[in-house]
Amino acid sequence: MAELLRRLLRTPQGLLGMLIVGLILVIVVCGPWLAPYGPDTMAPRLRYRAPSAEFLLGTDQYGRDILSRLLYGARSTVILACLATGLGTLAGALIGTTSAFLGGRADEAIMRTIDAVLSIPSLLFALLIVNLLGKSSFSAVMAIGIAFTPGMTRVTRSVALAVTKQDYVNAAIARGERGGYIVLREMLPNVVAPIVVEMTIRVAFAVMLFATLSFLGLGAQPPSSEWGLMVAEARRFMHLSFWMILWPSLAVALVAIGFNLLGDGLRDALNPRT
Amino acid sequence: MSPSYLVKRLALIVYTLFVVSLVVFGITQVLPADAAVMLLGENATPDALAAIRDKLGLDQPVGVQYGHWLWGVLQGDFGASLRTGQPVAPVMLEALGRSLTLAVLAIALMLVLALPLGIVAALRRGKLADLLVSIVSYVGVSLPEFVTATLIVLMLADWLKLLPATGFVPLTEDFWEGLAHLALPVLTVSVILIAHVSRMVRSELVDVLHTDYVRAARLKGLSRRSVLFHHALRNALLPTITIVALDVGYLLGGVIVVEEIFALPGIGRHLIVAIQTRDLPSIQAGALIMAATYSVVNFLADLAYAWIDKRIQYG
Repeated sequence: MAELLRRLLRTPQGLLGMLIVGLILVIVVCGPWLAPYGPDTMAPRLRYRAPSAEFLLGTDQYGRDILSRLLYGARSTVILACLATGLGTLAGALIGTTSAFLGGRADEAIMRTIDAVLSIPSLLFALLIVNLLGKSSFSAVMAIGIAFTPGMTRVTRSVALAVTKQDYVNAAIARGERGGYIVLREMLPNVVAPIVVEMTIRVAFAVMLFATLSFLGLGAQPPSSEWGLMVAEARRFMHLSFWMILWPSLAVALVAIGFNLLGDGLRDALNPRT
Repeated sequence: MSPSYLVKRLALIVYTLFVVSLVVFGITQVLPADAAVMLLGENATPDALAAIRDKLGLDQPVGVQYGHWLWGVLQGDFGASLRTGQPVAPVMLEALGRSLTLAVLAIALMLVLALPLGIVAALRRGKLADLLVSIVSYVGVSLPEFVTATLIVLMLADWLKLLPATGFVPLTEDFWEGLAHLALPVLTVSVILIAHVSRMVRSELVDVLHTDYVRAARLKGLSRRSVLFHHALRNALLPTITIVALDVGYLLGGVIVVEEIFALPGIGRHLIVAIQTRDLPSIQAGALIMAATYSVVNFLADLAYAWIDKRIQYG
């Protein structure tokens, strides 16, 4: 683990990714304490302010401090995206490992169906599920989780396929262990590493997808300070103050870049030969 | 490409479309506990509920509903829109045409820009040009479409006042005006594609440039240019076909957002409107058409790949 971390920090992507993701985690944990104002504190006389010493990033259409809103909004944006990714990963890992373990016709049938479901673009899939569950943060999380499941299934299955050939799996079969035990206790722990890489990169997608759903008015609802929603609300006032739209856009981009870099760094650190 | 491969691939796409239709129908019409209440809201009158149940056949068994719907779809009939009362299919197909115009232009722009960028980065590996291309592509991949769109509108439409920010003019009506209205959406959609594909081209080309046959070609005295264009690029570009086809999935997702932002009446915008107004037949038609487009594109990409690369023999 320490060796992995050292290799990770030696690559430029890994180092930069760790720094950005670290910064984001600090904001997620301490954001509300760092914020100079409340996220919903309005100041009708101080609307559409450009950045200044008083309001470091300016104010929005109600005179709310944009920096404070971003700091508070980090929680709804980042945590929910991670939750959605975790959900999709878990479901995908289970299905993928099971499919690889079953092998033969069952594997073929499961994977062909997964491929078919994959031909629904994930944003479209998420839209359909939000349509089913109603507009809210919760349904956005479920939607992204479900939309990620087929992709994660593919990744896990390809890794698990190599694992099924290993001696310890054969030994477990020879011992007469049940299928569920072999999948959960013997195979899953050994497919974790590549899955973690894929998951890290997908957190970037999830942040983007979650912000996009909120942007379309189908995820987080006002007065939440989720970043995608902030961009959507700021669009109407773009001509009065472009800072309002610039900051949350950059925040979403920074999180996505951070997780992308970290994921790439992790991949390099786990496969030293490439 | 053997006939058996073709048959197998065709069977697969039929299966894919079948599963997609099941998923779309299931999520929209079967899974909601009571689709009629979901469509009309909690406060609908019993008469209205009964009317919509009757119209959509919601009181029949699920299998019958699905069979009825699928039979209509196979004949090109997606039912009538609950919002306008018009048949859904012609509206959606017209919208699909506009979206495809957007998508094709974006792919064309991507090919013009991404290939040279990737090639330059691979040839100058580790140099400044390579670093610049990687940074730009990193940022490009990490920006959601709505952020790219926002930044592009801020720069090109608001500050520089170069191009119209919203609206749509059919290309057949006024070609240049239509193109000007399409410019910003196309630019937005192609950013992610350019970023993604230039990265792919770079890494493939770097791998190919290290193979023995490229070294052999250099050693027998061919110029760098000749080796690049006649030996290396051909093999490096092969996987790019698959990547471009897979990117069509992102493209379709991106198109939804971009059409919404730029008020472009394509299939994505119709879908969003349908979801916001809970127009069930339109949602089903839009989702099915988009997913079907994606699987057909992937099918064609697979065929093209197998046709170009003779080594590939699928089963």
